[in-house]
Amino acid sequence: MKDRKLRVMVAKPGLDGHDRGARVIARAFRDAGFEVVYTGLHQTPEEIVQAAIQEDVDMIGLSSLAGAHIYLFRRVVELLREKGIDDIVVCGGGIIPEEDIPKLKKIGIREIFTPGTKLEDIVQWVKENVKPRIEGVKCKVK
Amino acid sequence: MSLTYNRKIMDEIREAYRAWGKALDEAFAVRPERLKRFSTVSDQEIKRIYTPQDVANQDFIRDIGFPGQYPFTRGVQPSMYRGRLWTMRMFAGLGSAKDTNRRFHLLVKEGETGLSVAFDMPTLMGYDTFSPRARGECGKCGVAIDTLKDMEDLFEGLPIDKITTSMTINPPAPVIWAMYIAMAEKRGVKREALGGTIQNDMLKEFIAQKTFMCPPKPSLRLITDTVEFGTEQVPKWNTISISGYHIREAGSTAVQELAFTLADGIAYTEAAIERGLDVDRFAPRFSFFFNSHMDFFEEVAKFRAARRMWAKIMKERFKAKNPRSWWMRFHTQTAGCSLTAQQPYNNIVRTALEALAAVLGGTQSLHTNSLDEVLALPSEEAATIALRTQQIIAEESGVANTIDPLGGSFFVEALTDRMEEEAFEIIKKIDDMGGMLAAVEKSYPQKEIADSAYRYQKQIDENEKVVVGVNKYITEETLPVEILEINEALEKYQIEKTEKIKNERDNKKVAECLERLGEACVGSKNVMEPIIDAVKEYATLQEVCDVFRRVFGEYRDPGIY
Repeated sequence: MKDRKLRVMVAKPGLDGHDRGARVIARAFRDAGFEVVYTGLHQTPEEIVQAAIQEDVDMIGLSSLAGAHIYLFRRVVELLREKGIDDIVVCGGGIIPEEDIPKLKKIGIREIFTPGTKLEDIVQWVKENVKPRIEGVKCKVK
Repeated sequence: MSLTYNRKIMDEIREAYRAWGKALDEAFAVRPERLKRFSTVSDQEIKRIYTPQDVANQDFIRDIGFPGQYPFTRGVQPSMYRGRLWTMRMFAGLGSAKDTNRRFHLLVKEGETGLSVAFDMPTLMGYDTFSPRARGECGKCGVAIDTLKDMEDLFEGLPIDKITTSMTINPPAPVIWAMYIAMAEKRGVKREALGGTIQNDMLKEFIAQKTFMCPPKPSLRLITDTVEFGTEQVPKWNTISISGYHIREAGSTAVQELAFTLADGIAYTEAAIERGLDVDRFAPRFSFFFNSHMDFFEEVAKFRAARRMWAKIMKERFKAKNPRSWWMRFHTQTAGCSLTAQQPYNNIVRTALEALAAVLGGTQSLHTNSLDEVLALPSEEAATIALRTQQIIAEESGVANTIDPLGGSFFVEALTDRMEEEAFEIIKKIDDMGGMLAAVEKSYPQKEIADSAYRYQKQIDENEKVVVGVNKYITEETLPVEILEINEALEKYQIEKTEKIKNERDNKKVAECLERLGEACVGSKNVMEPIIDAVKEYATLQEVCDVFRRVFGEYRDPGIY
């Protein structure tokens, strides 16, 4: 297997329009040498998962600042599982109360980045925790 | 034209300045300057000192003058806060209409003087709670409004004939406004008597806040319909709140906020003139909305420059003759993006400083953020502290005793001039592109803001800019903050409430109304009366917005980063 660049998706689920953080993170990922897919705003969990499969990404970073993170993040993980995918790392960020973080981790969100986190810390975390998915093992798309 | 300082005085000042420079060099030889470069939060470089030399070309009457007189640098009304304090208008909305109504009553009881509605995401985007796109979002970041019944519940027991109401609503602004008018008329309050504001500023939605429905051109048509309708029928209503707030929150600099907001104002004015409306009838009902960020003097200068610029634009560019058209009246909100999740009680101090800048900048109304807004919707206690912050500034600090107390400060005046000049340069660039609509379609402001936002984040990450508790003075311990939670059962309640209304209303009449609205949209008839008729029959928000989507098409985010 030859090394390839990490392919990361930055996604905005739901109707929340706060995209400053998502766009700054997308740039930081690009500057770090990752291939970046930014979904743009107002994506349903279904649209995000479909795009992630199409683009064959290694990670999905979900951003939410309007309070609907529990429902939306959970739904993304559920849809991935329904499609038999368990090797795309899902993490999240935004305005997320401290007490929600364990709940999100329990449903399969690997890490949550709250306001004030340094860009380089997030990039470092991705480098350490996300590996390119093995080529040829495509997900079972129905 | 007489300049403020004569030549002899300027010579003396120059000499004294040179002497000070010498002493300064000696002082820095012993102890060098604290920073390599001193700059504002927007990265404008700031000099060591400001003197009459920096305002040598300023003419007092022409550039500063008196409040209530052109170019209004010092305020729009002659009396400013000596006559009446600014309106304390707290942005509030949570859960159901009944929940929010309770919050409004609390805020009025605690002394707020204007109402301001925050809607939930589905409402902001023109969807009913029932929509699959609305799952998980009901009531989360504001109040859910599906039908006129919700609007009735929202304002129950509140004196809408006396208090003014601001509604932060954009793509569905004509519908929400129609519901407000319908609610008032059902209560026997005539539309002529209603005072308030709809945000109704779609250009800045494409640029920054990003609640979308239809593409830019038809969006501008709907706005022009509301301007036309308001001018004729709801004369005390502010038909647009031309907003820089969200542009700044998205990461722009202060000068970009100023330039893009005024360029949006120019675009709305041009559209209304093109419709055949008289600038001196509609322009007095345009209002503005700015951010007040952490850099104190930059903000004060921004507000003063904004007023002077708009007066010039209206008088010189649009040849408005009514002094009310020259007035830039604005609301201010303290900067949400300046608040930190770390050590959240520090946010009270930040908000107080930002509120002070807004007051010294001469705002007409003010919302102060709550310390917990970086974590969730404000709790009652946090919202009350935020309101008290305004009351302390108004009644204890003494800053409202005189008008424009910072006027004449060499620094503030020089900064006001410089920001005006730089903002006019950006506006010129936008004019050259063919105006703001064309610039937005090219994503010009969107890209400029993304660049500024990224630059600022880099400066924080590299400790070039300090944010207390985030990159300096970090502590592990945190004081707990009580978080307001929205009940997950609300979604079901709201869906059932709307279902019941749909079963009880006259569906044939609703269909007829929507049909008539569709015809108005396709043609050139003003959409407002057909919308009012539809919502009075309890057509839902989404049913009306779906007519817009069908006729005008939908806009999707281009996803620029």
